[in-house]
Amino acid sequence: MRPIQLEVEHILIRRWASYLSMPLFVVGSAGSLLYYNDAAATILGRPFDAAGDMSVEQLNAVFSTATEDGRPIAAKDLPIHAALRLATPGHKRFRIRALDGVDRLIEVTAFPLVGQGGRNLGALAVFWPVSE
Amino acid sequence: MMRLALWGTRGSMPSFGPENSRYGGNTSCVQVMSERDTLLVLDAGTGIRRLGHSLRSRFRRVDVLLTHLHMDHLQGLGFFGPLFEPDLEVHVWGPAHHDRSLDARLSRYLSPPLFPVRLREIPSQLTCHDVPRSTFMVGDLTVTADYVCHPGATLGYRIEGNGSVVTYLPDHEPALGDELFPGEPRWTSGYELARGADALIHDSQYSPTEYETHRGWGHSSIDDSLSFAHLCGVKRLITFHHDPAHDDDTIDRILAEAIAAKTPDCLVAPGHEGDVFEI
Repeated sequence: MRPIQLEVEHILIRRWASYLSMPLFVVGSAGSLLYYNDAAATILGRPFDAAGDMSVEQLNAVFSTATEDGRPIAAKDLPIHAALRLATPGHKRFRIRALDGVDRLIEVTAFPLVGQGGRNLGALAVFWPVSE
Repeated sequence: MMRLALWGTRGSMPSFGPENSRYGGNTSCVQVMSERDTLLVLDAGTGIRRLGHSLRSRFRRVDVLLTHLHMDHLQGLGFFGPLFEPDLEVHVWGPAHHDRSLDARLSRYLSPPLFPVRLREIPSQLTCHDVPRSTFMVGDLTVTADYVCHPGATLGYRIEGNGSVVTYLPDHEPALGDELFPGEPRWTSGYELARGADALIHDSQYSPTEYETHRGWGHSSIDDSLSFAHLCGVKRLITFHHDPAHDDDTIDRILAEAIAAKTPDCLVAPGHEGDVFEI
């Protein structure tokens, strides 16, 4: 049975992220949503507490992404998936249709999270809003 | 049933004096004994010297579980008598590091100029174990180690056996950054280690007022310690890691104030050096 408590590194990341005004988004090693802060909620269109737990499949279904000129981007081509799948940092500009139905142009920087003992702890993404 | 003996309950640095005669001045060290004489030593603060002297030749194996390598948890290791007994098996367990083994890190202290004897010259049959995060057996006791909220890689320990559970979190700040502490168990450091424990030995260094100016230092107020114990549903809280600037009367006072404010639903035992518990 999976323990109730999350990894202490995830707990500390949430504490840290909750104090920052830059949008941060954290997923676990299996790609499921762990946390996003209030600044990210502005971009994603819903507060974290209202979003609830989401698997990687649900995340892909809820957020649609496209290039600047509107061509769809597969989830596997997003920086956070590269961070998870290839354990490499990534950066990309794209459009996201969030939970409030609004399209926003953002840049995303994502990198893998490695815990004590080399444990794979998922990935962290920073959203950079882009003025149009 | 397990037997606990507190050989050092002071935090941060040794603090001796007539004003500290009841709580004691030695830093973190707790002895755990099982019914089948498995002997665990939790941390190697200055209290470990007297513990080592008390053992004489009764044991063939001793396991020292280090939560982390801050000096108040390590300073007594070189003065632990069993390390100098060639027939004795000594196992030292501590948090793993990404590029240096535990014995390499211990050698930074156990070598000149900080200490006259090098780790490799220790006469006992010494084995160092890097503990990344795991459950392992020591004799008839099951030990679970996990990382907890404290600066640098710091372990907490959950010890199960003989029908009892003891959790040791001497340096722990679960309230860090959590304005609504205690919050959800899922988002609380140390919860899984302490859940339902018969005895929780927990960092209780500060008064609530002191904590306001020490956030992020890695320690808890007594009030937060009580809240954490309640969240985890423990049966007995043993307060620990007392601030070196607190004399006996101060510790008594801030504990009494915390109990009055929180009305805890578990037993609360102020951790005095020399106390013994049957758990």
